[in-house]
Amino acid sequence: SAKIVVHLHPASSNKEPGPFQSSKYSYIKLSFKEHGQIEFYRRLSEEMTQRRWESMPTGQTIQVNKDPQAGRIRAVGIVGIERKLEEKRKETDKNISEAFEDLSKLMEKAKEMVELSKSIANKIKEKQGDITEDETIRFKSYLLSMGIANPVTRETYGSGTQYHMQLAKQLAGILQTPLEERGGIMSLTEVYCLVNRARGLELLSPEDLVNACKMLESLKLPLRLRIFDSGVMVIELQSHNEEEMVASALETVSEKGSLTADEFAKLVGMSVLLAKERLLLAEKMGHLCRDDSVEGLRFYPNLFLTQS
Amino acid sequence: LLQAKYKERGTVLAEDQLAQMSKQLDMFKTNLEEFASKHKQEIRKNPEFRVQFQDMCATIGVDPLASGKGFWSEMLGVGDFYYELGVQIIEVCLALKHRNGGLITLEELHQQVLKGRGKFAQDVSQDDLLRAIKKLKVLGNGFGIIPVGGTYLVQSVPAELNMDHTVVLQLAEKKGYVTVSEIRSSLKWEMERAKQVLEHLLKEGMAWLDTQAAGEPQYWLPALFTELYSQEITPEEAKEAIP
Repeated sequence: SAKIVVHLHPASSNKEPGPFQSSKYSYIKLSFKEHGQIEFYRRLSEEMTQRRWESMPTGQTIQVNKDPQAGRIRAVGIVGIERKLEEKRKETDKNISEAFEDLSKLMEKAKEMVELSKSIANKIKEKQGDITEDETIRFKSYLLSMGIANPVTRETYGSGTQYHMQLAKQLAGILQTPLEERGGIMSLTEVYCLVNRARGLELLSPEDLVNACKMLESLKLPLRLRIFDSGVMVIELQSHNEEEMVASALETVSEKGSLTADEFAKLVGMSVLLAKERLLLAEKMGHLCRDDSVEGLRFYPNLFLTQS
Repeated sequence: LLQAKYKERGTVLAEDQLAQMSKQLDMFKTNLEEFASKHKQEIRKNPEFRVQFQDMCATIGVDPLASGKGFWSEMLGVGDFYYELGVQIIEVCLALKHRNGGLITLEELHQQVLKGRGKFAQDVSQDDLLRAIKKLKVLGNGFGIIPVGGTYLVQSVPAELNMDHTVVLQLAEKKGYVTVSEIRSSLKWEMERAKQVLEHLLKEGMAWLDTQAAGEPQYWLPALFTELYSQEITPEEAKEAIP
């Protein structure tokens, strides 16, 4: 790490006693583990030239922590720093307690909103569908703003808010090319990362993403959400046909005799997660058989079917 | 006719309340803006404050992280903080999956995430990670949190882990490994049941088999290998993480 060495003149005879009587070294070595040395050197050189400490009024010298054993007096600089730290600590404490107070008050108001929304939801239940479309949309958007779970459906968004509809359309635009580059299919986790990395700010919550994707099909957009038996969620291009991909997967597996999800993934250039789902689907459709051992899950062409 | 009149009245009442809610919402938004202007930094910089904030929200029935479009997220910036953390968690888990089968201790996850965030990023606590992970569950990728011996294992693959598997993981946590005999004596299970669970963990890549151990074979959990903790994520692993 970078080092700055500060050489010291021998102490003058009328120097006040310091923390140590003497030292065998005539220099101080400053080590910079994580950069900062350039800036520090600049400022140090500045101070050494200006020598502001020589023009400080002597009244600032304060006796603090007079150590009875050594009879030392702390230097001005250190006391000043300690004072500042103490002030900062008090300030921080004050800020935090003020913040907590304000937070409590805010929560009281939020609680009122929750109560009100419950009351409205009850009215809606009583009316059993007499509420207008418009009112429903308004109510759901209020719930969305507050982060209140829909008391009627228990979902934290209420399906079909304007926001999610817009989001679905946006996603259809953003994801077209990435999907094409990835063989027409991506896991929802991949989509989450891709979209949020691109945004940088005003990120989507996982729930925002899922709720928007749930609307893709009904909005007749060129993408759709698909949920595999395992619970894994993917976005596919409408033009993508996973069942057709299974046929080519079967070919690949047959060529190699047998494949694990890892091997298949590497061969085809897919993520292991999606590779596994494709092989499982192929198995479900009867094209592949599994060999499940402690050495891993391996898939073979289903000879029972083809060679019976 | 009377019924119709009652129904009508019901409609009017709901409308009134909706209008009232709309007004109160506007007022609340103003209050929140004021709070944000004074204390937004507190939330960003202070992990304990975040915990308090989250707990209070939960108590009154509000989820500040439900939507990026919610007031809390927009005005306090809590959303971005946790959603970004979600991305970082996903990346770390993907990069290390081949080492640990998709199971990682909260400690290691914390370390790796902090490394990835760099020196100047905000401080992130384990509580923050847990909350971000809870939100990630909805993406269907199998994210889960398993309590073991005072801490947590984070699962990031859609492997089925039932109560039996969890209990064996908890048993293994003490030493980093477990044997069939230990399972049978601690949990009073038959041989078959113990073997099934261990085989499942082996298949998922969450456990490694040491047949050369003195006595009987030992089933180790790579997620608990302390030697691996400080190992950097290699460039190859990092490529795995970013599709």
